[in-house]
Amino acid sequence: MDEEMWELRLYVAGQTVKSVTALANLKKYCEEHLKGRYRLEVVDLLLNPQLAEGDQILAIPTLVRKVPSPIRKVIGDLSNHERVLVGLDLRALDAY
Amino acid sequence: MSRSPLPRIAVLSQLPKALTGIDGLDEITEGGLPQGRPTLVCGSAGCGKTLLGVEFLVRGILDYDEPGVLMTFEETAAELTANVASLGFDLVQLQTDKKLRLDHVHVDRSEIDEAGEYDLEGLFIRLGYAIDTIGAKRVVLDTIESLFSGFPNEAVLRSEIRRLFRWLKDKGVTTVITAERGDGTLTRQGLEEYVSDCVILLDNRVIDQITTRRLRIVKYRGSTHGTNEYPYIITEEGISVLPVTSLKLEHSVSNEIVSTGVADLDAMFMRGGLYRGSSVLVTGTAGTAKTTLGAAFALEACRRGERCLIFAFEESPAQLLRNMASVGLDLAPFVESGQLLIEASRPTISGLERHLVTVHKLIGRFKPQSVVIDPISNLVSVGSISEVSSMLTRLVDFLKVEGITALFTALIGSSHGQEMGEDGISSLVDVWIHVRDLEGIGERNRGVSILKARGMAHSNQVREFVVTAQGIRLLDVLVGPAGIITGASRLAQGMQEQAQALADQQETERRDRELERKRRVLEATIANLRTEFESVEEELRRVMSEEEERQLTLRQDRRQLGQNFSTRPAAGPNGSAE
Repeated sequence: MDEEMWELRLYVAGQTVKSVTALANLKKYCEEHLKGRYRLEVVDLLLNPQLAEGDQILAIPTLVRKVPSPIRKVIGDLSNHERVLVGLDLRALDAY
Repeated sequence: MSRSPLPRIAVLSQLPKALTGIDGLDEITEGGLPQGRPTLVCGSAGCGKTLLGVEFLVRGILDYDEPGVLMTFEETAAELTANVASLGFDLVQLQTDKKLRLDHVHVDRSEIDEAGEYDLEGLFIRLGYAIDTIGAKRVVLDTIESLFSGFPNEAVLRSEIRRLFRWLKDKGVTTVITAERGDGTLTRQGLEEYVSDCVILLDNRVIDQITTRRLRIVKYRGSTHGTNEYPYIITEEGISVLPVTSLKLEHSVSNEIVSTGVADLDAMFMRGGLYRGSSVLVTGTAGTAKTTLGAAFALEACRRGERCLIFAFEESPAQLLRNMASVGLDLAPFVESGQLLIEASRPTISGLERHLVTVHKLIGRFKPQSVVIDPISNLVSVGSISEVSSMLTRLVDFLKVEGITALFTALIGSSHGQEMGEDGISSLVDVWIHVRDLEGIGERNRGVSILKARGMAHSNQVREFVVTAQGIRLLDVLVGPAGIITGASRLAQGMQEQAQALADQQETERRDRELERKRRVLEATIANLRTEFESVEEELRRVMSEEEERQLTLRQDRRQLGQNFSTRPAAGPNGSAE
């Protein structure tokens, strides 16, 4: 189960401070906890606004965990380490 | 922009407005919602906030060619489409035509975690994208307050909502934002702080188990507006805000005379009927043939070739047709030919406003020259007398403006007088006909009288009338010793007169006989007298002849005696004495 591929999608709107921070934070966590088991896709809504509707994006930045299900969303620049781990349910994985 | 060019001064002073296309709302707002600005529509559950928003968009698209975006935070696009389909709004078609965009924003707190700073740029992008793809001029945000349950950070949310409204204003789209009514505040989250241009309050009140919805414009910056609470209803064609009528007494009048449908009744009016476009009230107690009078009026209108509309609040169309056919008023052919429309509904089925709007809509669609409402008094069951009379005021005004001759019937209780007529609409109507029971010795008869007829003299009599198989007929006035006579008294009077005549005749005959008898008696007496006279005469004659004879004899005796004396002196007593 822990071998499952994680699919993450990060929605940003241009290169704002929050977006850049969020991406940097996300990459850090992924390397820490999901090394080699994740796929990360960054969607810039300024370029592809039509994609916002699909994942019900309102807040920017939003991180969406597509796989494993259920879908989880974490909004914000991901600066709060604890909350990100809880939000993505990563801690459980660690314990495993 | 589809606004007609206005004079220069008006352009300067007038705030640009976007017509909503919603019945009545544009009148109250004096031209619609502030163009390019947000308007807050608040109200409690079930007020029709969403509907108002949707109708604003749909009418904008259909009537004013302004594409719109509907961002819904509660219902999904499919749900909403289904919900408004019953009102004839085909959202799917509008979407395929690229006139409308639906975007359902779903926020589920359970699947969202907050980790660090964020903003709602995503919402802006979605909305901006939706607006730009179809060139929307109108936007509806249906209950943006739902976001408050989805995002934990209220401070961020508030500043973002403020930014959103500013942004919408900058985009120049006319926006309607719906919000739930809060406790003691207009909206639960105090959105009225952010929307300062126009606030509309919807209210849903239940009085006597009947819901009345009311709309009030709380504020409208930069514009005058109606300040009252206006009843509105949700019909099968969307929202209708009342008044839908003019508030002025400016209708034109006609000099043409139309018949009441009862020839004898026409004759009671000096000009032989009613003025076209006048309003007639027929009041009466139960069973005084008010409906029949109404039907006769309708039938006559149809016979003139006019279109007529009957609102029946008591009988179904079939029942009405059957009942009227039984008294010789055959309405069915006109129903078939489409000249006559009978709209039957129970008054309690909906509030007064709905009835009024139904009447308006049907009249607008059917375009009748005559309207019968039978009976208006039933409407009291769904509203207080004051409400009913204000509704009827509007109705009568409307009918007058349209130049429609109208006949209302009203049931009035025999016990509590004519309050319905007097307090209600008697001052509004032009002609007031009163039918009543004339209860006499063991029977009731119907009497009709004209209480008032504006603009023409009329009979002051209470005329008895009968409903025959050939319709309504007024009977000739029969004046008896104690006033006008009706019904069986009328018959009794007739019989009495006949008996009197017979008695008179017998009396005459008796007198004749008496005379004859007297004559005979007299004649007999005369004969008797004559006989008596004759006998007396005879007697007298006899006496007279005897006397004559005696005289004669006496004379002869004397002569004889004389002769004897001269020839021989006789011895005798006589001779001795000589």
